Amino acid sequence: MKVGVVVFPGSNCDRDAIHAARLAGAQAEPLWHEDPDLHGADAVILPGGFAYGDYLRAGALARFSPIMGSVREHAERGGLVLGICNGFQVLAEAGLVPGALLRNASLRFEHRWVRLTVTRRDTAFTSAIPPDVTLLMPVAHGEGCYTSPDDKLDALEARGGVLFRYVGPEGNPNGSARDVAGVLSERENVCGLMPHPERASERLLGSDDGLLLLRSLVTSAGQRLAAA
Amino acid sequence: MSTYRFCVSVMPKPGILDPQGRAVEGSLPHLGVDSVHEVRVGRRVELSVDGASEGAARAVVERLADELFANPLIESWSVEAMARPALEAAR
Repeated sequence: MKVGVVVFPGSNCDRDAIHAARLAGAQAEPLWHEDPDLHGADAVILPGGFAYGDYLRAGALARFSPIMGSVREHAERGGLVLGICNGFQVLAEAGLVPGALLRNASLRFEHRWVRLTVTRRDTAFTSAIPPDVTLLMPVAHGEGCYTSPDDKLDALEARGGVLFRYVGPEGNPNGSARDVAGVLSERENVCGLMPHPERASERLLGSDDGLLLLRSLVTSAGQRLAAA
Repeated sequence: MSTYRFCVSVMPKPGILDPQGRAVEGSLPHLGVDSVHEVRVGRRVELSVDGASEGAARAVVERLADELFANPLIESWSVEAMARPALEAAR
């Protein structure tokens, strides 16, 4: 089971994501954004960072990198894609997950620990997360305020597309609508979230809750591979 | 083939949270101004386009505005033709 981690100019969590995917039991390799070949990756991670300097809007330019055509095809075939932080912004700009990410309501770069509630355990991204567990993970972003028209938010919630929400005393760090921290695509094979599971993948880092998410991804991709 | 110059204005849609506009508005009391409200902050992109006609060049700009300069979910855009005297002189 192989995870490909896309490296855009300005990505800065790519190595952390590779390290964490390996801890979760995958083979993991970087994928340079100018090469459209996914090199046999069974799952793709778009990592955090500041692709193209976040110019214009976060994710707006990365969306047109050559590799994104292949990532889209991978998603259209039902392949798993996880976007973390800037990766979530790229997925939203590309229309691979619904919604958009605005400047934080505080107008500040928010970097702190947050707590997430997991709304479902029957998805490729949450299957290894025990019931009734909330996840402690860090956020570090300037544009994480999730937004979408009210009727679309209603539809998203109704179909179970809000996978993670900010909860507890740590609160909502960015003013995100309905405390949305992470969403699922309609086919439930693409997930974007603002918090960083790879930065919470070892006890030494303060939490290894993020590993539960990555383990879900790796296990699900492995099962799909075995079934194919 | 001629060259045409345009500017694209991109604005947050009505009802979309505009923290920049809000921050600007919040700072106005420091300037002793209390008559200004409903501040919205957007973006302006200027560009030159080669085309067989102004209409053909404008069509390219409109495509870019819709696909790249603005995110239609949260932003609206408009395109205006501009004169290019300064650029002509510089060539």
